[in-house]
Amino acid sequence: MFSVDPRRTSSAKFADVWLGLSVGTDIALANAVGREIIANDWHNKEFIAHSSTGFDDYAASVEPYTLERAEEITGVPAQAIAELARAYAQAEKAQILWTLGITEHHNAVDNVLSLCNLALLTGHIGRWGSGLVPLRGQNNVQGGGDMGALPNKLPGFQDVTDPVARAKFEEIWGTPVPPEPGIHLTLMFEAMARKELRAVYCIGENPADSEADVGHARKMLADLDLLVVQDIFMTRTAELADVVFPASVAWAECDGTVTSSERRVQRTRAAVPPPGDARDDIKIIADLANLMGADWGNPTPQQLWDELRSLSPLHQGMTWERLEAEGGLQWPCPSEDHPGSPFLHGWLWEDDLGGREPSPFSVVEHEGPKEQLTEEFPLRLTTGRALDSYNTGVQSGSLDSPIRYGDAIDVSAADAMSLGINDGETVLVSSPRGSVEMPVRVQADLPKGLTFTTFHFPELVDINLLTNDAWDKRSGTAEFKAASIRIEKIATRTEIEAGGAAAGG
Amino acid sequence: MTAPSGPNSATDTSNTLTAVETKVTLKIDGQEVEVASGASVLDACTAAGIETPTLCYAENLTPVNACRVCVVEQSGSRTLVPSCSRQAEDGMEIQTDSERVRHSRKMVLEFLGSGVDLSQADPLARWSEQYEADPSRYGTEAEKIEEPVRVQDELYIRDYDKCVLCYKCVEACGDDAQHTFAIAVAGRGFGARISTEFDTELPDSACVYCGNCVAVCPTNALQFKTEFDLRKADNWRADEQTVTQTVCSYCGVGCNLELHVQDETIVKVTSPNDHSVTSGHLCIKGRFGWQYVHGE
Repeated sequence: MFSVDPRRTSSAKFADVWLGLSVGTDIALANAVGREIIANDWHNKEFIAHSSTGFDDYAASVEPYTLERAEEITGVPAQAIAELARAYAQAEKAQILWTLGITEHHNAVDNVLSLCNLALLTGHIGRWGSGLVPLRGQNNVQGGGDMGALPNKLPGFQDVTDPVARAKFEEIWGTPVPPEPGIHLTLMFEAMARKELRAVYCIGENPADSEADVGHARKMLADLDLLVVQDIFMTRTAELADVVFPASVAWAECDGTVTSSERRVQRTRAAVPPPGDARDDIKIIADLANLMGADWGNPTPQQLWDELRSLSPLHQGMTWERLEAEGGLQWPCPSEDHPGSPFLHGWLWEDDLGGREPSPFSVVEHEGPKEQLTEEFPLRLTTGRALDSYNTGVQSGSLDSPIRYGDAIDVSAADAMSLGINDGETVLVSSPRGSVEMPVRVQADLPKGLTFTTFHFPELVDINLLTNDAWDKRSGTAEFKAASIRIEKIATRTEIEAGGAAAGG
Repeated sequence: MTAPSGPNSATDTSNTLTAVETKVTLKIDGQEVEVASGASVLDACTAAGIETPTLCYAENLTPVNACRVCVVEQSGSRTLVPSCSRQAEDGMEIQTDSERVRHSRKMVLEFLGSGVDLSQADPLARWSEQYEADPSRYGTEAEKIEEPVRVQDELYIRDYDKCVLCYKCVEACGDDAQHTFAIAVAGRGFGARISTEFDTELPDSACVYCGNCVAVCPTNALQFKTEFDLRKADNWRADEQTVTQTVCSYCGVGCNLELHVQDETIVKVTSPNDHSVTSGHLCIKGRFGWQYVHGE
């Protein structure tokens, strides 16, 4: 197990080798691994010839990423990169797993493609035990996409621009489906800024705490003509709303399904009654539709599931009874006698590629974070999670955890020493977008120049006032992982202000 | 074009789910039983419909052979064998209810009962009756552990008066599940206890509060704080509780939860041992992070 992470996380400690790369240098590392594999003739030439296109261009593009250059860019010793390349290429089976450290960057899609290249290079894809594994961070974020909560997709990843797919849905839904893709969350905030988007119906999301550059996001939400929020709690977003629909807890007060990271659809079941007037999300939406004149009646979760099965070939074989009896099923599961699919992309190994086109290599170049370090903001801030907390703390906040260290910013021992700050001291942390006060936690194993904090305690520290909302034009994801900041002693700042000098620009 | 073949091809099925299954046949109490090769004698007993008392065994842990309560008599073996870890073999002859087995199980239950509080070790009471175990035979002078209950936080408590040193918690914390290695057995003889390193307080130890130790404890020595509080208030009514299986609300792993509900309130969360996703194991959020369901 190799762990590639700027921080020495508990996973990194568990791994055989930790590659502590600089934030935002993933492509330089992946390209160097690719170059090393090719230079040593470890690539799977038979697989490449059969299943891929664009190898020559890829090989030429990674040529400049020598181990020495990669060490210079990433900070990872050349020897460790060479070791990773050898271990990955020579493994009988190998997986690359990643999460938001790859995708919360302005070049998120390129980061992912650089990893896909490595799988194509070695054939570690489409077979039991091998593969590319984006780990989902939420219990149903996979299910959300599967069900069509994407701007350009209908349920089952069917394209809204495809008239045949639309016709199928229009027949069952009894209403025309707009043929143009919608817009994702990041573009919605831009549309709000242009005053084009004036009404928002927000279900089970807390963007007033979770968006990058959250000060801007709050202003946009507050400025809407209409904001409807449906949630189980009075979140900061709900506080901005004109109308709040109290919902019941999906996994403990409602029947339904969720889909995990491994595409496993599983049943959730009501165990306790919802409090007060809270209603099941399905009930709220159906009631609203009925009030607006559509005759949706009072659909049960199973009825909705059966409708989905009739429209999404990926889910066709997953009867409610099978979901109960088999402990969940992994899509694609196209028929009732299909066992479900533990892995994807097996077609890459078929004689005729299952009738598909071979998979292309991608040429991607190292760019680094959008926000470069400067004299004014010399430290890198990256954000993430802690084991015992979750996102903006709406759910995990009431867990009385003995191991919670709270809202501190982790600073390396070297930086703490040069800044003259102590463990536990409250400091002023500033980025080009804003400032917050928060306590310091000196971390012996954090690399110099890197700082880290969680985003779990927005009521204590509004960390997303600092994060960068530069975003990837293809995925819509903001660069939460790489802001530049400075840390100041609060006493120092007070002294400076008292002296009439501004504390930086 | 022909698909690539060889050790790196899709048709290579080594280490895949579809291993060839062979069977073995053995005799248990005169009854012929066929089980998959690799199954334990305990599995074979269960397949034959014979209930076997166990303490240190769990289907999601590696047997440690600590408690010896599951012993059976095997023809040709000088000593009794622990059924949980003895692999079933073709032609084996096993006795589960011989005088020797009954006597051994009775002694184990009596020894444990004489020093440890087994009042909340549910199936043990039934087995004690079945094997006519009477710990009081050792007199009222038999040494007891008698330590105060350790309550250090709101998640779980440790009551070593109830601990039989079965090692399940150590295994669940270690390489059978969590790989945290926060606890081990410290001390010797009667002074042996499950302990954090240097007996440090839990939050200062390596403990990550997954509660997998609590979930495997057979005697309630490790107990959820919610259960402990309700028992103290004489309001723990296990018979009235409903258990509903659902999916955790936090990350994308898809761990299954069993919500134990009393008076329309969640009082305990466990996970099904036989579920493929995590085999009964959870993390701090899934195990303990449900309070918000009942929050204001």
